[in-house]
Amino acid sequence: MKALKFVIPLVVFAALAIFLALGLTHDPREIPSPFIGKPAPAFRLERLHEPAQTFSPADMKGKVWMLNVWASWCVSCRVEHPVLVEFSKRNAVPIVGLDYKDKREEGLQWLARFGNPYSLSAFDGEGRVAIDYGVYGAPETFVIDKDGVIRYKQIGPITPEALEEKILPLLKSLGA
Amino acid sequence: MRRLALALMFVCGLAFGQASEIAHPDPAVEARLKSLAEELRCLVCQNQTIADSNAALALDLRNEIREQIAQGKSDDEIRAYMVARYGDFVLYRPPWKATTILLWVGPFALLALGLGILYATVGRRRVPGPEAPEGERRSAAEVESLLED
Repeated sequence: MKALKFVIPLVVFAALAIFLALGLTHDPREIPSPFIGKPAPAFRLERLHEPAQTFSPADMKGKVWMLNVWASWCVSCRVEHPVLVEFSKRNAVPIVGLDYKDKREEGLQWLARFGNPYSLSAFDGEGRVAIDYGVYGAPETFVIDKDGVIRYKQIGPITPEALEEKILPLLKSLGA
Repeated sequence: MRRLALALMFVCGLAFGQASEIAHPDPAVEARLKSLAEELRCLVCQNQTIADSNAALALDLRNEIREQIAQGKSDDEIRAYMVARYGDFVLYRPPWKATTILLWVGPFALLALGLGILYATVGRRRVPGPEAPEGERRSAAEVESLLED
């Protein structure tokens, strides 16, 4: 009985310490997307480079592809950009850009200056499509499978580690 | 320093200026928007609601809600729309389901546990202590005489 008096606070402390330690490893900004395993919302938007042409996720049926939300005003997108440019050279999957709440000229200039990893960019000047995708900050990236189902969402910049450890294995398993 | 403060004020003014709301607000719509938006979390500045955040996303979402109200959607439909996009996390009043049961029941369970421990501890203390052994008992007169020595 006496021993219990010492053991109980110790156990409580250990449990608390474990919870707090786990809490430190979580990023509160990373909110699990309810879209994983759900069909990518449909939309049709003008393309950034060719406003006369449009893009819709339906155009990508049968392909594994990535939808990357970016903007010329977005600092983290600058950080991510070289990783995307490198990745696009491998021609693993088409990367479609979604230029989010941007001005067309600025978006075009940004790509001209830093390189264009996208097979095409859709222009979402109002950010309405991004809201439909539950985007709450750029950059965000969705991996979409051949059936148009969202399989993965990267919140924040794609790091080389995330690419190698999560995205590439996933793309492989999806048969890209 | 003063210049810095002025510059900061200017920058902040610009940032808030962006969040200028709509031109001709309809009081009925705004009232419903307010009651809805006060229970929805702003994803960018997570400890604020969509109602009181100045973030661009919060403004976009307020406008989205305005539009849906104009389309005649019910509050539940609008909430469902938000949850479908951002998950239960957007609700300041999380739903009652398997993943949130600890959230709802946890405090009461802890309270019950605390009361249980309190009851057990106090109950144990209530047990009357042992009477003084016979030999120790003295009459009042004996005590008096002892004290006088």
